Amino acid sequence: MADTVVKTADPKMAELRKFMAEQKKTQYNDEASLIAILHKAQELYGYLSVEAMDEVAVTMKIPTAHIWGVATFYHYFCLTPKGKYVISVCLGTACYVKGADEIMSKIKDELKIKVGETTPDKLFTLQEARCLGACGIAPVMMINDKIYGTLTPKKVTEILNNYRKQG
Amino acid sequence: MDKKMITIYIDDKPYQVAAGQTVMQAADKVGFRIPRLCYHPKLSIEGACRVCIVELEGARNFIASCAYPVADGMKIRTNTPELRSARRDIVELILDNHPMDCHTCERDSNCELQRLAYSMGIRKRHFEGEMKHYEKDVSGVAVIRDPNKCILCGRCVRMCSEIQKTSVLGYAHRGFKTVVMPAYNMPFRDSSCTACGQCINVCPTAAFLEKDYTQELFKKLNDKSILKVAQCAPSVRAAIGEAFNIEPGRTMEKQLAAAIRRLGFDYVFDTQFSADLTIMEEANEFLERLQGKGKLPMITSCSSAWMKCLEQYHPDLIDHISTCKSPMSMQSAMVKTYFADKIKRDPKEILSVAFMCCTAKKYEAARPELEVNGMRATDLVITTRELAWMIKSAGIDFLAIKGEEFDHPLGLSSGAGTIFGTTGGVMEAAIRTAYELATGETLLDIEIGAVRGLQGIKEGKVVMDGKEIRVAVAHGLGNAAELLDIARKDPNRYHFIEIMGCPGGCVGGGGQPYANSNSIPLDEECLMKRAEALYTLDRNKTIRRSHENPDIQRLYKEFLGRPGSPASHKLLHTHYKQHFPVGIIPESLKQQKPAEPANK
Repeated sequence: MADTVVKTADPKMAELRKFMAEQKKTQYNDEASLIAILHKAQELYGYLSVEAMDEVAVTMKIPTAHIWGVATFYHYFCLTPKGKYVISVCLGTACYVKGADEIMSKIKDELKIKVGETTPDKLFTLQEARCLGACGIAPVMMINDKIYGTLTPKKVTEILNNYRKQG
Repeated sequence: MDKKMITIYIDDKPYQVAAGQTVMQAADKVGFRIPRLCYHPKLSIEGACRVCIVELEGARNFIASCAYPVADGMKIRTNTPELRSARRDIVELILDNHPMDCHTCERDSNCELQRLAYSMGIRKRHFEGEMKHYEKDVSGVAVIRDPNKCILCGRCVRMCSEIQKTSVLGYAHRGFKTVVMPAYNMPFRDSSCTACGQCINVCPTAAFLEKDYTQELFKKLNDKSILKVAQCAPSVRAAIGEAFNIEPGRTMEKQLAAAIRRLGFDYVFDTQFSADLTIMEEANEFLERLQGKGKLPMITSCSSAWMKCLEQYHPDLIDHISTCKSPMSMQSAMVKTYFADKIKRDPKEILSVAFMCCTAKKYEAARPELEVNGMRATDLVITTRELAWMIKSAGIDFLAIKGEEFDHPLGLSSGAGTIFGTTGGVMEAAIRTAYELATGETLLDIEIGAVRGLQGIKEGKVVMDGKEIRVAVAHGLGNAAELLDIARKDPNRYHFIEIMGCPGGCVGGGGQPYANSNSIPLDEECLMKRAEALYTLDRNKTIRRSHENPDIQRLYKEFLGRPGSPASHKLLHTHYKQHFPVGIIPESLKQQKPAEPANK
């Protein structure tokens, strides 16, 4: 089938299409570049949407079931949109002995979500992390690119409230 | 033989075997049956289960015989105590994550895992580990999926992608959490599944099953206020005996009619009758197209899995598809109109049940465009497997029962209707009638060898009225895709194409009996025997051409007029349209181009 480039209002999709066209030229076969393409899609959208995976399937002629297999196999790929603030709670050894589990359960209670989930208002996503390299100030969490150390459950509530205020 | 012969030693005895095959294949040929699970001769080698391990002298570990090539002088042992123990552990570990509910399982006594566990001598469970728990997917009208029963052998995934080339199923997630599912964990109802049911055929356990309508049917058979009318597909009679431990290839036509009647049906008709009817309409349509009224090549439309496949992946060919309904739907349409009129019964009080070799027919029966006068034409579809179970469950001694005939006026059929059940049959039947319609002469040599047999794509030629008619036949959706690509590249190459969704045609349908303990699913020899059984029935009939069937002639005289008449168009023809499986094609692409995402 001819590679008709479909005009779309979505500039991210246009970039993804451009990326796929380049991959088609350089790769030995279409499936060889699948992971690189999924990386690109996630980079653009923050997660792998069904629409993006469908687009990859149609353009690269790879069965959707196969793409779904790759997308679910690697933990790096995220299948649901992430919140505005991604909270990574360190559960590494140092943080753990300093009470990271309490921090984690406090956040779960506050946000009423489990690990890997996003709040319905799309503000927060909760993740686990294995050592953020800041053991000196354990227990630690990271919100987007910012580190918060020597946490207590009380501090956590304050921090979250600050983000809530910012919206 | 071209292949170089080499010597290998199995259990200390030398054997001459051909080079270039695997240890398992070589061992099979000299009388060793190495235990196996994920292996299937028609599919690629996965080496997933490790049940087929053997000892190879000089190797550090046991090797998987399904994947290891033979080499000259290699020394194999197949049954040492260490091997037996290792194999048993492997099967026990599979069992550990498998529900312990054999006695309530649909596949009880027909399960490869159960057989394997028995032959390994597993008499108690040693491991008690974590078990998986998933929701069953019962959303589809034809195929249901139970991931709890799945042992991840991958046969269904390979069947779906390698033979059918629809790639609906894939592995998702990893490790302990691996599950076989359609893309995006879509419910089967919404997925691009064509309901061909081949995953059920190759599944060693009960991870895939047809949706069960037998309880509903038993209940309705007891309802005195409705008239129960059955129809039975050609290939059901060619295979149902296997469910009663009879060698493949023995037809049970008359016993079947008798057994269905005993189940409580008032009328037992034959789908072969409407196969003849299909031929009348299809041959007529073909001749019209030859005269320029419509596109060529014309492609058959009898196979419901193929129809769904076409609508999803080959929408560019919709104009080439014969508008004829499948024999099942034609039969049901006749039951609820012509027959209801004849016996002066309100069609709403008629229960039309189809016994089919097919799971996709369950899907077809639910298609809204096949309704007749606002009613569902086929109320229930029951597979060969389910029918065999119903017969047993109702206490009917199938093998001792005295044969009976099908009922009139929708039960008499020609040999042409019989061979519908095998790949190439529709083509052969259509040629028999089209030839005579076109030339006015009787086709003398009616057995058309070129379209018979199990070759994936078959081509043939007939000279009709001084014109060469080129035909092609494909069975299995993968072969179909390949044939259609040939036809797309060379649009004038064929005039008429027959496509059946399942390997071997309907005889290899997704609803046929499970393979017996000494066989494998979709064994080619077994498919050939089923097909041969139908060809034998055809040979033994005096009427072998659809248009010579007196009941068909009467139907046209009394009710339809002539093939292609407005009445036939209303009741026997339908239309197809591009169909987007939910979640497969992005909204933005829908208008732009027909896509074939999963049909690579």
